[in-house]
Amino acid sequence: MSSPVTESAPMPARPLPVRYRSTKVRRQRVRAAWYFLAPMLVTLTMVAGWPLLRTLYFSFTDASLSDMGDTLFIGLENYLVYDDGRWFGVLADPVWWRAVWNTAYFSVVSVSLEVMFGVIVALVLNAEFKGRTLVRAAVLIPWAIPTIVSAQMWAWMLNDQFGIINHLLMTFGIIESPIAWTADASYSMWAVIMVDVWKATPFVALLVLAALQMLPKDCYEAAEVDGIHPVRVFFKVTLPLITPALMVAVIFRLLDALRVFDVIYVLTSNSTSTMSMSIYARQQLVEFQDVGYGSAASTLLFLIIALATVAYLYLGRKQLQLGGE
Amino acid sequence: MTSRQLSKLTARLGFWLLVAFVVVVAVFPFYYAIKTSFTPSSELFRVELWPTQATLANYLQIFSQRSFLQAIFNSVVVATSVVFIALLLGITASYALGRVRFRGRTTVLLVILGVSMFPQVAVLSGLFEVIRALNLYNNPGGLILSYTIFTLPFTVWVLTTFMRQLPMELEEAAIMDGATPWVTITKVFLPLMWPAMATTGLLAFIAAWNEFLFALTFTLTDSQRTVPVAIALLSGGSAYELPWGPIMAASVVVTVPLVVLVIVFQRRIVSGLTAGAVKG
Repeated sequence: MSSPVTESAPMPARPLPVRYRSTKVRRQRVRAAWYFLAPMLVTLTMVAGWPLLRTLYFSFTDASLSDMGDTLFIGLENYLVYDDGRWFGVLADPVWWRAVWNTAYFSVVSVSLEVMFGVIVALVLNAEFKGRTLVRAAVLIPWAIPTIVSAQMWAWMLNDQFGIINHLLMTFGIIESPIAWTADASYSMWAVIMVDVWKATPFVALLVLAALQMLPKDCYEAAEVDGIHPVRVFFKVTLPLITPALMVAVIFRLLDALRVFDVIYVLTSNSTSTMSMSIYARQQLVEFQDVGYGSAASTLLFLIIALATVAYLYLGRKQLQLGGE
Repeated sequence: MTSRQLSKLTARLGFWLLVAFVVVVAVFPFYYAIKTSFTPSSELFRVELWPTQATLANYLQIFSQRSFLQAIFNSVVVATSVVFIALLLGITASYALGRVRFRGRTTVLLVILGVSMFPQVAVLSGLFEVIRALNLYNNPGGLILSYTIFTLPFTVWVLTTFMRQLPMELEEAAIMDGATPWVTITKVFLPLMWPAMATTGLLAFIAAWNEFLFALTFTLTDSQRTVPVAIALLSGGSAYELPWGPIMAASVVVTVPLVVLVIVFQRRIVSGLTAGAVKG
């Protein structure tokens, strides 16, 4: 604190005190700010930054789970290598590409359904009716239930012999014989999607509901006076106004869906027909003990998610700008 | 009845049917889990909507297992510690990010946002190494450490939003009285931040309580597992003869506290979730 303290500086009443030019208080505050940030930044470096770099490093080595210290640098061999007339590596593994496709399919379908149902539920909750608080509490229940538990609950309801879903469908004559929802490759992905949609729709609904409650009332009064059909009002007025909230909900859900693990692990375990990228990477890492190969898959997953996020934000900004013009 | 009245009536009827449908879909799986948990295992092959016989046998069975009780204990310890650490680091960091204007603030905020988007698998092998190096493998401590990766960014983000909304005058008064930033936080802001901290703490608790991937990977023995892993592994090795009664009983036991929390703190959770998202 060698510089002169400018205590005589005029004290403006309104602007933030933090804007004062280099006063003692200001410098003290900035220094304190970094002290306060330090523990958090150190923790995040330890659990996120450093491990991410190590994962990237491992992906270029032949590290194994039992011996992560003594490793050999093998370049891109975990990703792709041409050896003895054949291609090897994650990028040459059909199971990996199957996992990529499964994850993309799962993400697009479940997030679309969640947004659709989420908007419907939000519109219901936005209407004035008796017992609205109770209904909102009921809608929150799926969100509160741990993913593992909801996967187990649905696994039991979807059980091929004693499951209530097959029982109900057969009682109403919709299907003739029981379906092995989680074991049959042609249904298992839909079972997974169904559980995810059930669990995540409340989240989307809450975000949309928050946006709906901030909408100006006068548009709706004007539309009602003009006798415009509510469906038309929804598409022409409501939907454009809640688009920003929807985009936020979509990015949150999309990031979650792209790294999906728990639901699939419990419902269908390691079956290839529903294997996601996270399941694939963890299987290589932990079950096959191949840290190098698994890290290569993890790194690819990270890159895919980063690219998807950037592309989404870029397109989203463009669209919002177009909408604003 | 005129056709106008009729159409109004159908609209009302349709609306209530929709409400009923939403409630049934949301609640039924949980109801059915509760129903199954009270059904004797000999009756499970009979598919019924309503219970005809009730038994506590499934609950007695899971509570007689030491490993399940231990898992509940581990989950409570892990989730509570994670909440405590996230709030402690979060409140100081959010003061810096929400109240002080300094160079690099935007970068720090972007880094935090970036970390919250991390796929957990992407850090799995690196984190495994860190946890083993710290001798925390197969130890709740390793889980507490690793869970900060998703609770901390979120906590900081939401608390920063709340911190910004507090009136400037409070802090000006504190500065005029010569209070240091630390005193300002603990004496001026902390008392006002309780609602926000309750919200974020609750959300962090739920997230930590439900986490599965790290818990599965960083623990090895029954005595160190948390509840989600214990429930996922209750199914045992064989695909036949799953102990559905006990699985459902265990599921109900770990879910009821969460459902009660969510219903009691409904408003708070909704505001926390939207505060975290609106800025996203």
